[in-house]
This record gives sequence, structure tokens and C-alpha cells, in this order.
Amino acid sequence: MTRNRTSAPRWGLRVVVLAYLMFLLVLPVVVILYRTFQHGLSPVFDALTTSDAQHAYKITAIVAVSAVVLNTVFGVAAAILLVRHRFPGRRILDAVIDLPIAVSPVVVGLALTLVYGRNTAVGSWFGRHGINIIFSLPGMVIATSFVALPLVVRAVGPVLEEIGEEQEQAAATLGASAFQRFTRITLPSIRGALAYGVVLSLARSLGEFGAVAVVSGRLLGKTETVPLYVLDLYNNFNQTGAYAASTSLVLVAVAALVASRFLRPRGAMT
Amino acid sequence: MSIKVAGVSKNFGDFAALTDVSVDIPSGSLTALLGPSGGGKSTLLRVIAGLEQPDSGVVQIDGVDATVLPPQRRGVGFVFQHYAAFKHMTVERNVAFGLSIRHKPKAEIRERVRELLELVHLEQFAHRYPSQLSGGQRQRMALARALAVEPKVLLLDEPFGALDAQVRKELRAWLRRLHDKVHVTTVFVTHDQEEAMEVADEIVVMADGVVKQVGSPDELYERPSSDFVMSFLGPVTRIGGELVRPHDIELFDEPEAGARPATVSRVTRLGFEVRVDLDIDGEEAWAQVTRGTAEHLALEQGKQIFIRPQHTRTSVAASSAPRSTS
Repeated sequence: MTRNRTSAPRWGLRVVVLAYLMFLLVLPVVVILYRTFQHGLSPVFDALTTSDAQHAYKITAIVAVSAVVLNTVFGVAAAILLVRHRFPGRRILDAVIDLPIAVSPVVVGLALTLVYGRNTAVGSWFGRHGINIIFSLPGMVIATSFVALPLVVRAVGPVLEEIGEEQEQAAATLGASAFQRFTRITLPSIRGALAYGVVLSLARSLGEFGAVAVVSGRLLGKTETVPLYVLDLYNNFNQTGAYAASTSLVLVAVAALVASRFLRPRGAMT
Repeated sequence: MSIKVAGVSKNFGDFAALTDVSVDIPSGSLTALLGPSGGGKSTLLRVIAGLEQPDSGVVQIDGVDATVLPPQRRGVGFVFQHYAAFKHMTVERNVAFGLSIRHKPKAEIRERVRELLELVHLEQFAHRYPSQLSGGQRQRMALARALAVEPKVLLLDEPFGALDAQVRKELRAWLRRLHDKVHVTTVFVTHDQEEAMEVADEIVVMADGVVKQVGSPDELYERPSSDFVMSFLGPVTRIGGELVRPHDIELFDEPEAGARPATVSRVTRLGFEVRVDLDIDGEEAWAQVTRGTAEHLALEQGKQIFIRPQHTRTSVAASSAPRSTS
């Protein structure tokens, strides 16, 4: 019966959606994979084990993990603040959290440079204390944190809303301190959503290009992350290297998305 | 352990949830806070527990000023209408929660949890999760969890409100028996007068954020201090401008001293009871009589009879001023 009811408009819809996904998503990824392994595994292995490549992986790992840790702590705190507390400016804060989705990462990078650059008041203050932010790791961590900021908040918020406050209040009447309520009641209740938010943040942080490109100064072997390194290789006609590094990024992203599928709680917003 | 609430007021924005409320709850009693929804009874309970801060006034628990203490330092057990079960913990760990955060020895916790689960008849459900229990079982688990820490007072916020009628009745009787066994000072909120009358030693009637009257179920029923309390605690009808209980109306087929004529407008048999709708000089009223009386008087629609109210509220009101304030 259902097969008979599949009418022309339905077929049309399927063709449009599938074609769109094909040309936008599947084809480029497949071609990248194909070009990477075109000449077998050993050129890929060689390209990924150069010292510049290894350094780029290391920088990416440091920046992404730091940003994820920061955003996890901040994200949970902000979600609790937004859901559990009523204060003037709450709605504005709620809107500001989503800003990184709307603002171009390049603009974020420029804005951070204007605040933390070496010739600015804030930047030179840090400089006098031996901390360089722009063209250095701290700036890259800040930029990456900024672009991935909403993900944990938006994953955790709805679940906090749903579980309500009564379990925490019950724990309080049973003698639990605020810290015990958080670790024994709140955290276990949101852990699925939190893991989902963390995986999404990790995926986003690993792939960030625009903001990091501006604040890092793109110093090869010093402040280059894998996405920056890919473009560098490509511009220098080292296509095997560029494809190999790209494929490694794609594989990590796919792994993160698969993990997020398993972790995704019902009703969480992305 | 007694509870003393003195001069407590609480506003939510423009809404006055509690206005200068004072109540004394004696040690070891089982007290109902009874009233219509929005009357302030849940807010009062939450103020006692420390889950709400009063704008003014004092709360004493066991003679100690608890007004500024956070809930975890008050030694109260609180049971929520919707159970507030810890969903990620088994029944056993729910009940053990208060003891395990106090870092009691494992063996002691296990023993105490076993006792409590026996008390609430949930021994065989120890390893289940709350989602695998019925509403009544979850609420019994919540009670065991609250009792585990040996609270000075036990506070229950509409504990049976989310349960269906049959389970409600069972749990009511069970709570009464439990209290006779455990003797912890207990306060429960309800909007069901039957529940309050059946379970409580003492009832605090609240409406519009103020205490209307405090007394035993019998005192409140027999000597309500206001029309509100009288009509909230049981059925009433109005004869000649005075409130009267429908079962306190005598019916005669001959004129009697103090009796006035009335016309039977309808007779409804409800099993043992018979409801007689009356027309008294154009005013409607009703009386509740036994089947025997109805048959003896041969009541039927249109029959002319004589009625005499035995007690009216206004005739006894003077003897029972509210004893809510102290």
C-alpha cells in the first residue's frame, strides 16, 4: 500500500534532497578520500609524519582540548545560570550565547586581535607579564573557545530544564551541600547531554579555521593547526600532503559525529 | 520536635502568598495544612523546609531559630507531590542518599536501608530504578528516603495528589499507621478535606495566604469559625440566610415548634442516604436524611413538609474564635 502511494511529488522531493547532499557533501568527501589514497598508503603515511605535520597535530590537539575544557566548564555554568536563575539581563545573555554561530569567525579573530594585540592596552599588560596572546597559543585557544561556545550550553540547557529543580531540592533537604547536589544529582542527570555537547565542541574546535587563521599569524611549525596546515600545503602545490591531512580531519570528524549519535539525548537542541 | 511559625509573610511579585502567618505545631503530631489551591499552604511548608525564604517572620524547629538556615541544615524530611525520585539511582541508593552523603559506614547504611524498605514494603524492589515503579511505590520510596536521615520533622507536599483514587485511599491509611509507629512530627499539605479529616490529628485551614482556623477535625467540623471553614469542611446549605449542614435538618410532616414549612422539589436516593431538595418560600435548600426517615415521611415530589435546622453556624460561632495565633 505504502509503495503505491509514493507519488510524483514525493519522488521529486527525494531527488532534490539527495542531489543536493550528493553535490554538496558526498561528492567532495569521496573525491578527497579517493585522491588521498590514489597512490597507495605510503605517500599518505610519509605526508602525515613530516615534522611540520606532527607539529600541526600537536598544536591542534592542545588548542582543541583546552577550548573544550574551557567550554565544558563555562557551558555547564552558563546553562545552570540561564535555566535555574532569574536575573536582569538574562534574556540578553541567552541571546549573546548564540552570537558565535552568527558572527563570521574571521570577524571574531579580528576583534580578538583588536583587544589582545601586542600594541593594545590589554595585550601589552599581558605582554609585560610574559604572556603573548595574539600570534601564540593563548589567542588560538580563546578564538577556538569563542566559536565553539554555544554547543555545550545548548546541549545541556534543555535537559536541565526538563529534569527540574525538585531532585536538587530533595537532595538539599536530605543534607546535601551545593557541591554534593551538583556532583551527585545535577551532573549524573545531564551527563548524556554534556557528553554530546563536548563531542560537538571537539569536532568544531578541531576544524576551526577562520578565527584561528587571524589570531595565530599562521607561523609554520609554530602556530599552525591542521586546517591551516592543509591550506598551506595546498597553496604550495603539495597536494598529496594536503589531501592526507584533510582526510585525517574528516575521519576524526566522522568519528566524533558517530559518537555524538550514540550520546545524543532525546530532545537536545543542536 | 515542635515547629513554630511566627508572623511569616511571603510575596511573589505582587502576589501575597502568605500574610502574617503564625502556627504552632506540637511535637509528635500529625498536622494537615488544608485549603484551596493558591491558598499558601505549599508555600508555608516550603518556608518551614527552607526551600523558600520568607520576606518577614520567624521559623523555629525544635526550639531553634531556623529562619536563615539552608534546607540541608534544618533536619527536615521533605516529600514532594511528584516524588522527586533520583532517576539515575536504584531504590536502594535513593533511600541511602542522605546517609551516604554523611559518610556513614557501609554496613550501617545497608542495615538501615533494609529496615526502611521493609517499613514501606519495598524490600523486593531495592535494585529497581524509579522508572520501574508505580506512582504509589515511588512515593513510598520517597518517604523512606526522607525518614532515613531521622528528620526532626517530616513535611509532605500534597503527597498523594498525583495518585489515583484507590492508591490514595490506601496510602492515607498507611501514612496514619506509619505515623503511629514512627511518631515523627509530620505536616502534610492537602486540598482534600476528607483526606485531612481522616489522617490528621490537627488541621490548619488556610486560604488567601492567611490561617482561617486551627483545630482537631471534630472541632473544625462542629464549630467552624467562619462560613468559609464550614463550607470547606463539608456539605452546607443555606436556610433563612444561615449556613447549616444538610444532615442537621429535621423533617416533619406536622407543624412543630420552630419548624418552617417547605415543599419537596425532588427526592434522590443515593444508597443509604437520601437527598431531599426543598423549596422554602422560593429559596432552594437541601437536606440529607436516612432511607428510613424518607420512607417514614413518605417523601415525594410536591409534598408539603416542615423543617427545623438543629445547629446553624451563627448560633455557635461565638464559642470558637481562631486559635491560630499564639
